[in-house]
Amino acid sequence: MQVTGTVLTTRRVDAYHALTVVAPGIAERYRPGHFVSVAVGGPHTSMVTRRALSIHDVKADYGGTVELVFTTRGPGTAWLAERRARDTLDLVGPLGRPFPLPRDPAHCVLVGSEYGSAVLFPLADALLARGCRVDFVLGGAGAERVFGAMRARRMATTTTLTTEDGSLGLRGKVTDALPSVIADTRADVVYACAPMETLRSVTAVAMEFDIPVQAAVEESMACGIGVCMTCVLPVIGDDGATRMVRACVEGPVFRGERVRFEDVGTIPFDALGAPGGGARHVS
Amino acid sequence: MSVDMRTFLAHVELANPITTAAGCASSGQELSQFFDLHRLGALTTRSITMAPRAGRPTPRMAETPSGMLNAVGLQGPGIEAFLERELPWLAQRGIKTIVSIGGGTVAEYSELARRLADAPGVTALEVNLSCPNMEDRGRVFAREGSAAAEVIASVRSIMRYDVPVVAKLAPDVADIVAVARACVDAGADALSMINNPLGMAIDTEALRPSLAAVTGGLSGPAILPLAVRCVWQVHAALPGVPLIGVGGVMSGQDAFQLVLAGACAVGVGTALFHDPYACLRIERELEDLLRARGFQRLADAVGLAHRPPGSAPRHLLVDTEESTP
Repeated sequence: MQVTGTVLTTRRVDAYHALTVVAPGIAERYRPGHFVSVAVGGPHTSMVTRRALSIHDVKADYGGTVELVFTTRGPGTAWLAERRARDTLDLVGPLGRPFPLPRDPAHCVLVGSEYGSAVLFPLADALLARGCRVDFVLGGAGAERVFGAMRARRMATTTTLTTEDGSLGLRGKVTDALPSVIADTRADVVYACAPMETLRSVTAVAMEFDIPVQAAVEESMACGIGVCMTCVLPVIGDDGATRMVRACVEGPVFRGERVRFEDVGTIPFDALGAPGGGARHVS
Repeated sequence: MSVDMRTFLAHVELANPITTAAGCASSGQELSQFFDLHRLGALTTRSITMAPRAGRPTPRMAETPSGMLNAVGLQGPGIEAFLERELPWLAQRGIKTIVSIGGGTVAEYSELARRLADAPGVTALEVNLSCPNMEDRGRVFAREGSAAAEVIASVRSIMRYDVPVVAKLAPDVADIVAVARACVDAGADALSMINNPLGMAIDTEALRPSLAAVTGGLSGPAILPLAVRCVWQVHAALPGVPLIGVGGVMSGQDAFQLVLAGACAVGVGTALFHDPYACLRIERELEDLLRARGFQRLADAVGLAHRPPGSAPRHLLVDTEESTP
């Protein structure tokens, strides 16, 4: 649904921006893993595509608020970063398929890199409410780019932090720390949200331990509602066939082992409808 | 007082002139969660191809000033799945559907027309002659009148007489009027213009083209003036041919420009990416604009900007005559 939300508060979280927006309709329907798309640049903008943003927090105040987390990467997110309390935002959401939750209490490792970690916190709340054990592995390039370390420490049984420059926690990537965390916590499932390369390695680690991994991908999108066909990636379906599926409506959460991470950015030759692949029906 | 928004695409009546542009509404089901698709004049499907197509690699999209580039490459399920799932879904709901088709050869277009000829629920057939994303770069039919005419003549001879065949034209041509005339002579009942002109953007960080396919179709408000020019020129040359004006329509005022230039229907594309409710908003804004200018019928505004300088708008003349008994 589309909501014109009012910005309630803005804040910096480490190196990132967070906007809390009053959006009752979205807050009500939200489940962890959902995202929203935001129109940027105001009513007469020259920016025609929406920005997909992850939801970091949902609260019941003021009829329902959502907190959106993003980093400034271009003129659109720079405009968003300039929003102040009482400005209005055009939001569409909640969008996408949320994280599936285990039926019975399970040991869950939540892996996040950079601001991808933001979506893991409402997920952790939901898991904890179901009696799951939650352990975090959060990373980033430097200390200020590790999102939500403090909050993770308060929520989780253990929190492992990694930075590539060694300024916080272990030096290295989240996937360097992940195997020992999975082993120590006897994890049943891994949840991850990170750039494609990291998700690929996280999935490889989880597959080594033979446990499922739910990966939320960060693809660039123009519409967020499934009509523009620009956010596709190769995913193996139940029938074993690879299809170019839309991250916005079929995702953003996928079973990691189903995503052909090594082929992202290409059309695999055996994908359904790949050029030269399969029979053409031209008479 | 409400304005009569009905319009005719050849002999097919549409409740209002606003349609979705081909490739911008996917299968229709995605938009139906936002609004009732019956409120569209018609829904235009993505271009259906014979075989399923995986499309182009990503990145497929790049935002540009007042627009965007796309190189999706006609990703779609192919005609089998379309006839099995997508078209029946639309037909069962009675949604007016313009089916867009795309092919690499005249034979492929003809085969698509054959498969669609007996399918229930096809309000009109739009022949995508001009998709700049097609892999087969040697055959962009819309660039040459004779190639376009060959496709249209074949498709027209196969489709049932009561299903209008619409030729979708590209703006990347030396003389769009010549291509339009060739299509009409070959039997096109209506014309749709414009498809995306080709564009390109370069990522200055990566020092490479922004799109994996290098070039892509430019859409959005940046191309509205191009669409208005094409509709104007074709309407001036072929005033009797119904035109669907498409290209960068973001508001009722944009749609009104195309109507005044000669379009009897208006396609909304990129605006849907920005605002899922764009079609309804644009229809409402267009109706308000017509009412504010004293129009009782949309049809009175079609091509009105072509009237000679100094002459009063037709619809106002009619009004005064009727009010002086």
